[in-house]
Order: sequence, then C-alpha cells, then structure tokens
Amino acid sequence: MGEPILQMRNITKRFPGVLANDHIFFDLNRGEIHALLGENGAGKTTLMNIFYGLYQPDEGEIWLNGRRVTIHSPKDAIALGIGMVHQHFTLVPTLSVTENVILGAETGRFGVLDLAQPRQRILAIARDYGLEVDPDALVKDLPVGVQQRVEIIKALYRNAQVLILDEPTAVLTPLEVERLFETLRAMVRRGVSIIFISHKLKEVMAIADRITVLRQGRVVGSTTPAEADEAKLASMMVGRPVMLQVEKLPAQPGEVVLSVRDLRVMSDRRAVAVDGVSFEVRAGEIVGIAGVEGNGQSELVEAITGLRAPVHGTVMLCGQPLPHALPRAAIDAGMSHIPEDRHKYGMVAQQPLAVNLTLSTFHQPPFAQRGLLRWVTIREHARRLIREFDIRAPHELVPIASLSGGNQQKSVVARELSRPLKLLVAAQPTRGVDVGSIEFIHKRIVQARDAGAAVLLVSAELDEIMSLSDRILVMFKGHIVGERDARTATREEIGLLMMGRVKEGAA
Amino acid sequence: MSARRLFWFGSAAPAIASVLLALLLAGLVMVITGSDPIAAYSALVQGAFLRPGTATRPTAFFETLVSATPYLILALGISLGFAAGLFNIGAEGQLYMGALASVSVGFLVKGLPWFIHLPLALAAGVVAGMLWASIAGWLKATREAPEVVTTIMLNYIAYAVVNYMVNGPLRHTGTAPRTPDIEPSAVLPTLLPPPERLHWGLFLAIAAAVGYYFLMNRSTLGLRIRLVGENRHAARYAGINVNQTYLITMALSGALCGLAGAVEVLALYRYLPTEFTVGYGFDSIAVALLGQGNPVGIALAALLFGAMANGAGYMQFSAGVSNYIIAVVQAFIIVFVAAPGIARDLLVSWWARWLPRRAKEGEA
Repeated sequence: MGEPILQMRNITKRFPGVLANDHIFFDLNRGEIHALLGENGAGKTTLMNIFYGLYQPDEGEIWLNGRRVTIHSPKDAIALGIGMVHQHFTLVPTLSVTENVILGAETGRFGVLDLAQPRQRILAIARDYGLEVDPDALVKDLPVGVQQRVEIIKALYRNAQVLILDEPTAVLTPLEVERLFETLRAMVRRGVSIIFISHKLKEVMAIADRITVLRQGRVVGSTTPAEADEAKLASMMVGRPVMLQVEKLPAQPGEVVLSVRDLRVMSDRRAVAVDGVSFEVRAGEIVGIAGVEGNGQSELVEAITGLRAPVHGTVMLCGQPLPHALPRAAIDAGMSHIPEDRHKYGMVAQQPLAVNLTLSTFHQPPFAQRGLLRWVTIREHARRLIREFDIRAPHELVPIASLSGGNQQKSVVARELSRPLKLLVAAQPTRGVDVGSIEFIHKRIVQARDAGAAVLLVSAELDEIMSLSDRILVMFKGHIVGERDARTATREEIGLLMMGRVKEGAA
Repeated sequence: MSARRLFWFGSAAPAIASVLLALLLAGLVMVITGSDPIAAYSALVQGAFLRPGTATRPTAFFETLVSATPYLILALGISLGFAAGLFNIGAEGQLYMGALASVSVGFLVKGLPWFIHLPLALAAGVVAGMLWASIAGWLKATREAPEVVTTIMLNYIAYAVVNYMVNGPLRHTGTAPRTPDIEPSAVLPTLLPPPERLHWGLFLAIAAAVGYYFLMNRSTLGLRIRLVGENRHAARYAGINVNQTYLITMALSGALCGLAGAVEVLALYRYLPTEFTVGYGFDSIAVALLGQGNPVGIALAALLFGAMANGAGYMQFSAGVSNYIIAVVQAFIIVFVAAPGIARDLLVSWWARWLPRRAKEGEA
C-alpha cells in the first residue's frame, strides 16, 4: 500500500449513441488490488481499453507514476509497464509456452531466435509467483487455467508494474480461482499493482483491497470489502435492491419427462465427449448439471436438443424417443432450449427483435398463414413479450444486435418460455448477463418449473447450480460422477466432484 | 435510428458512393491516357439515354432498357442466393441451359396457339435453369460441396452442351452453327414497331422484382432463406432444415437465371447461336452486389449496367474513348462494393466536413 501509481482523471469516452465512460475518476495505489465492479456494459472494459491504449479518451488525463502520459497503443502501454490479460486469451495454440511469451518481444542475434534465455526467465517468474507451467508445452495442450497463467507470465515477462485482469475467473473452476488469487497476492507482495475487472461479487469481496463500482459509464462509488457486503455491492451495481437468493418452494416432481439412456456423443474433434450418460428429469423439478466447462456438457445438451447426432443411446421425451439430430422434432415435442452460445445459436443478430422472438414458430399460425407472414401478429406478439419480460428495447423492429447482452438473453428466454413447453433445457442461461437480468431469468426458470415443466439446467457457475437446482448431477470427462440432493449438498463437495475426485461411498 | 436512415446509411449511400468513386477513378484513368473524361461521359449519357431513334436505329433509352432486362432478372436470381449465403457464380450456365430449353421448345413444338406455346417455351427455360442450378444445390445439401466451385464448373459443362447441340442435333440447315428459328407463336413480342427492340421481357423482369420483394419480405420461405443466410446455426437451432433451404434457394436462383436466358432468345434472337451473351451472368454478380439485396436497388443497378453496355459504343465512336473503359468502371464498382469500408470511410469524412458547414449555414 502506498502512493498512487495510476490516476485516471475525468475520463470520458463516447461511442455513437452511447456515453461509455462519463467523467470517470479512478486511481490505483502501488501494491494494491483494486476491483472494478459493474454489470456488462457499465464501461469497465472501455475504461481499461483506454488505459491499455486500445481507445483514445475524448476527455480526461492519465497520470502514471506522477507523470501525465498519453497512451496511443498497447505498445506504449507495455513500454510504460502496463500489462493486460484479456477475457479471451491472445495465445497461439500451436506454439509453445516460451514462444507465446516472447512473441512480439523476441530476442536473438542475426535473426536467430534465442529461446534458452527467455526459457530461464519464464521458469524464474513461474517460481517467484507460483505460476507453475511447463515452458516447452504447446499451448493447445494446456487446460484453460494454465493458459491463463501463460497470459499472466507474458505480462510479467514484459516487466508489467500494473496488471489489468479482465474477468479472469470466468473460465476457472473454484479451485483454480483459489490458485489464481494466491498468485495475485504473491504479485502484490512483490510490488505489482492489479486492476481486477469483474461482475462477480463473491470474488471481488475475497480478493480486492478496494472496490470501485461503475454503472452506466459512471462511478457510483468506492468502498472496501470491510465496509461493504454483497447485497450493498449488488444494489450499487444495479441501482436498486437485488434479491441474491432465488426464492423457491420445494420441488414437487411428477412424471418423468426427459429420459436419457446410455448416451454417447462425439465432440467436433471426434473424441468421445459424452460417454454413456443416463439420467431422468421429472416434471416440476430442476436438475442442474455442474461441471467445469469442456467436460461434455455442451455435447450432451446438443444431443438432447437435436443439434448433434449421438453415436449411441436414446433421448426420450414423455416416453417418446426423439429422432437424432432433428431440432424440429424436439421443438414440436415441447422442448425449449436456451442455448449456451446465444450469438451462435440463440439469435440472428441483424434480424429485428420481433423475428428473433418468433424464430422457431414464424412459419406456423398465428404468425403465418398459407406461407405468408403475418407481420401484425408477429409484432403484437413481440410487443407483448417485451412488456412481459421487461426487455429494454426502443422498438420491436430494431435489430436484436443493438440490445445489451442482458436484454438479448432476456429475449431468448422470453421466446423459449412463450411456447407451451414440457422440457426446458437451459444451458448457461445467465452467461454474460447483468445482475438484474440474472435475478429475472432465475425467477422465470423457477416459474416454469412451478408450472409443471421439467428443467435441465447446465451451468459452469456453481452458485447458479446450487441456488436453482433441486437435484445436482456432476459431469466430469464425459461421465456423470455424482448425484446430490441440492438441499443437502455443499459447495466443497460439488467442487471436488467437478475435479473428478469421487469420495468414498458416493455415486 | 429510423428504418429509413438505416437503409440510407446501411446500403444506399455506400452503393451510390461506390458508383461515383468508380466513375471518378475511371475518369482519372482517361486523363492519364490522354482522353477527355467529360466528353466521354457525356457521350455515354447521350448513347445510353438521350439519342433519339431514327428509321433504322432504335431509341437509345429503350435500348438501355433492353440491355437492363437480363441484368435485372439475373441479378435477382443471384441476390436470392446471396440472401441464403450462397454464391451462385453459375448464372451464366443456367442462362445458357434456359435459352437452350426455350429455343428447343420454340422450334420443335409446332401448331400451338401463342398463348400456350409462349408460356410453355418460357417455362421450359425456367425449369432448365432450375434443374441446372439444383445440381449445385443438391451437391451442397448432401455432399457439402461448395457451390462456388460446382456452379462455376457447371458453367463450362453448359457451354459445351449448348455448343454440341447447336453444332449437332439442333443445327439448322444453313451455314452458321445455330438452331432453326423458333415458331412465331413462341416469340416474346416487342412493344413498339421496328427498329425498336423493347419487348415484354421488361415487364417479366419487373414482375420478377415485385415477386422477389414479396418472397423476401412477406413469405415464410423468404424469412427462412434470410435466417439461413445470416446465421445457419441459429436457423438449425430454430428447427429450419438448412440443407433443404439451400436446395430450394439454388433452384429458385437458377429458375430466374433460366428465365433470363429464355427471355433473351425468345425476344431478341429468336434462335440459339453458339455464343449469345457477353458474360451477362458474370456482370450480373456485380449488379447484385451493387443492388444490396433490395429489389429497387437491384433494378437501378441493372439500369446502370444496361446504360453502360448500351452507351459504350457511342462513347467510343463519338468521344474516341475505348469502350474497355466501361470494364474499368465496372471493375472499380466491384472493388468498392466488395470492400464497403473504403466507400464508407470516404463518405463519412465528406459527411463530417459537410455537416458543420451546413449547421453554420443554418445559424446564419
């Protein structure tokens, strides 16, 4: 803790139609972890991109080490000792760790690359900060958590004094998050100052020395974990009190709606992704599938919803087997699907909101008759859903791409819940969505359950699984390695199962 | 942003800017090569729109419409493919097959009244183009064969088939390799007495444009095509049969290209020569790109290309500028339309300079 290393004064950045940063003051002390908290679209990433030289501010000044600086590009930022770990990594998968780290800062003589010296430095950095990594491994062979370490090493290798981490925990398991936090603490002890961008309250409370909350491009306030609690931070982020706990009554499971038998599914890389999975979901219950991403959940969901053909096994809906790889059949049988990747599957970006709200039903009455669209009905339906699901859109005919992430997701949820449904498959239903929308989407999912639908919830967010599910299945390397009653399960227990550690006596 | 402004900035303004930029740069080429661009362009406008007809020479503007007709029909077909994300480079081949089928029905079938024979001959062209394109559509849908490759290859097969038929089984008894004349009952009639050549094909083309508008904006099939074109993953997720949509779209695209071939031979040639178009099928890709998927835009683009094709001869004759300069203009248009960023950036910088001035004028 000490004197400010960075001061951003009065930063303003306008994009066409949006005031992304509105006269923001932000400072960072030496050896401090300062969290920047806010919903998606609050302006956190814009502010940091300005600091990293990716954008130029329209107004305002940046002071670094007591000097006013102008940062034109990331190159300038790196030269000033600023490092950034982006949410989406910028690594070359086919190169080794060492090669990735030195990329852009290569050393050598007469055009011959010197790899030995950098390799030694990487090992030294890894030792000093607890960033265990094999410098010779190819990046594509490394798990996501280790890839992130490579990104951090990249910044430290360039002598970063200020490190920006943009949503660093999004891709990590609970254990990996712990590990990352240890590394961050080690870095702080050695004088590195850290800006930690996040929208997750728990993590911010756990790691930050100070917390600054942004909302709609403005600083709402600054606080410390000692002074604040999660509820207070949430209401600062959203601008109103927020229910963090999902309120729901005990489930009343009925008939079996979804029955998956011995399902075997291959991944895009033709590896076995789902290996003989069987389970059931009953009407009126929410079954959550927990697991670190990439353990076969995506392929499982795709096989159930008809997007991917399984190589073996059956999917039955209300006792009827569904034909393989035929989404239409699943839809007609009463399945709704909130896809994990809404940009790829959930919406057609440039099409109007109204079309996106009838994406799978526009060809049938009342939206069409004799092959002709009935735009009046389609638009009425859209206006009704906009009201009912509180979708913030200026008009039902604007392209859905122009809405915020949260409102896009609410649109997807609205569409999928507006059909008569027997089964809801919700994959990462609140990914990239603001706290206010998360609360709303969770409420709607519970409502669907209470109305008698079976719900299969797949989420990488353990909190979401814990608070929404009635029954929890844990997936690891293509298998279901455990089943727990959500009322009695603990985070630790599920966290261990997610790592594939099956305790004695467990499923 | 209102729908009108979105349309204006999204598609119309960049398209217009592309044309203006292309004319400007081609003018520069003329200056460098020692010609007078102003004289050339005014001759082009004369030759394309203003020259009146004589006893032997048709009116310039009507001839421009004659040239624009196949451009419009073909570009609608190609745009339909674009809407589904399909790049139909086979318009030329589908046009050839359509022409072959229409002429065959035109001279082989005899003794029918015109109101049966003419529609039959037109329909033959439509079906032939449709089937020819469906080969590529089918390969795309079932074998994931890229349509860019298959349609371009099918062009060569179509040339060869037409060449063989015209030189062989369908050759008439005269010296030149061509088919016999079609029956008068299969002729698509002209609208005005000779020497004017303006014919009913123009109205077929306009009807096709109206049909295109209704298909794309009012029908479930059109929306399905657009959804597949914009995001086939989401389309599949929503229960749309993507491969079937590819097949249908290719067939419809080919049907229009076949119609273009039918119209050309039934109205203008009234027989089938070996080589009867000058790359209409390829130029129309540029027309479609310039038209940006909007039927009015496609019609205007077709008119522009028709005008350039028709006015080029007079420009060469009267201003002494090689008509190849038209190819330069067309090439520049394609560059600017295909790289919309260039035109848009220039447009934005002009706009930015003009706006403050206008604001000041407003205050004064």
